Amino acid sequence: MIEIEGLTKRFGPMTAVASLSLHVAKGEVLGFLGPNGAGKSTTMKMITGFLAPDAGTVTVCGHDIEADTTKAQALIGYLPEGAPAYGDMTARQFLSFIAEVRGFKGAEAKARVAAVVEKTELVPVLEQPIETLSKGFKRRVGLAQAILHDPPVLIMDEPTDGLDPNQKHAVRGLIRDMAAEKAIIVSTHLLEEVEAICTRAVIIDRGAIVADGTPAELLARSRYHNAVTLTLATAEAEGASAKLKTLPMVAQVERKALGDAIRLTAFPKSGALLIEAVSALAARENWTVKELYAEPGRLDEVFRAITTSDAARAKAARK
Amino acid sequence: MTRLSAAFHHVWPIFKREFAGYFATPLAYVFIVIFLFTMGAFTFYVGHFYDNGIADLSVFFGYHPWLYLFLVPAISMRLWADERRSGTMELLLTLPVPLWATVVGKYLAAWAFTGIALALTFPIWLTVNFLGQPDNGVILASYIGSFLVAGGYLAIGACISATTNNQVIAFVVSVVVCFLFTVSGSPLVLDVFRAWAPDALTEAVASFSFVTHFTAITQGVLDLRDLVFFFSLIALFLTANIVVVDLKKGG
Repeated sequence: MIEIEGLTKRFGPMTAVASLSLHVAKGEVLGFLGPNGAGKSTTMKMITGFLAPDAGTVTVCGHDIEADTTKAQALIGYLPEGAPAYGDMTARQFLSFIAEVRGFKGAEAKARVAAVVEKTELVPVLEQPIETLSKGFKRRVGLAQAILHDPPVLIMDEPTDGLDPNQKHAVRGLIRDMAAEKAIIVSTHLLEEVEAICTRAVIIDRGAIVADGTPAELLARSRYHNAVTLTLATAEAEGASAKLKTLPMVAQVERKALGDAIRLTAFPKSGALLIEAVSALAARENWTVKELYAEPGRLDEVFRAITTSDAARAKAARK
Repeated sequence: MTRLSAAFHHVWPIFKREFAGYFATPLAYVFIVIFLFTMGAFTFYVGHFYDNGIADLSVFFGYHPWLYLFLVPAISMRLWADERRSGTMELLLTLPVPLWATVVGKYLAAWAFTGIALALTFPIWLTVNFLGQPDNGVILASYIGSFLVAGGYLAIGACISATTNNQVIAFVVSVVVCFLFTVSGSPLVLDVFRAWAPDALTEAVASFSFVTHFTAITQGVLDLRDLVFFFSLIALFLTANIVVVDLKKGG
């Protein structure tokens, strides 16, 4: 539903997005990840027709965003970064305005606004000016605006930024409920969000894609993938560490002191499954295990390994 | 006809929101009160409306271009600068509305608002009709002329507002540019050109003067050339407005 080919955008000497290509199909929730300044927002601005690309094309449901802007935009719901809205309007006035701009009239416009207000739980603040609302409600007004016309394509720039855990949970639920019928792109800094709602994760760095796969595939790239962590009393830990190293599939054991206990993490050789061997060993040796679990992998570690920090980028730029 | 109704269908929601926006804040009321107050002050105290003993409103209308010079940029300065600063520009321009319709809708809302302020000066029309027998045709023409002058300033101000996210800069630059359009028919400017430029150029500069065209209308003659001047100037600056918004979206 979304086809991006060779998308490029330069701001002066800086290339914000460098020949980026991406296809998103119906039913996909694509998590768009990357450090600040990697080009996530710029890409979203080009997909939605706000910025014109320097090169490349974006096609939304068969409509080219540059040649057929209005038709393509009618099919997109867009939550820009920071969820901008007209502060002096009440939530109801604002949503009614969006409904009218989107071509809904009279009873249908009212029904659309009512439905979306229900979904995003805006009822208590409907008659308040948006500038007086809390960050969480403001964000939900932005979200309501984006889904009001039930668009086949939904682009959201950090939809849960600034929300508390309850609100995040609600918004993620909302996105999951809509996922089957739409092609969704969500940019985020929250890696747990990717695991919670995304069917696919794309990491970009300096305007180019550096990873593209399901969250599970990305997790498999983690050093921690299939590693086993167990916590033992300090007295037992020394011997246990040595024993763990004798297991054929263990590549390395790391230790971390936790008061009167020690947490050991055994890393497998080439992603092998360790948990069975380790738990069998623990039973055999009769260790008093306080904790024992397999690590699924850590996204933040994968993220750090394949992207550059802004400090490193600044250093590279100076050279 | 269907194209026209499609155009209306795009412009109307933008117009409505923008227009209602003026009344959502004290802006509209403050503006209208100051507008009416300064109009009255200039007419009665500076222009000595009563002492002239003439039953017409030429004194009243004579001040309009000069008052608009400051009041209209106060309206136009926020038109785009505010959208840019608050980030709503990104929202507005990703809605399925062609850019021209957004520009025209916002502009017409601002123009309609100044139209309301102008219409609220009607007590002076009642007064002059009570005191004597003025030529109401001339007064109507003058009101139309005044509305066109305001529209011209607004188009200039809207275009300049689109170039910045700072309302103060938008205001100051708009006042200066509007001032040039106001005085371009006066000796102050024309003498500068007469010294070296061919007559044709001097006349061209003079023909850009709002005051010259407005004065012609306030004589009671709605000459097609004056109307064409104002409407083409408005069209020119709105086109420039569209181009500026399109070019400056990135930053």
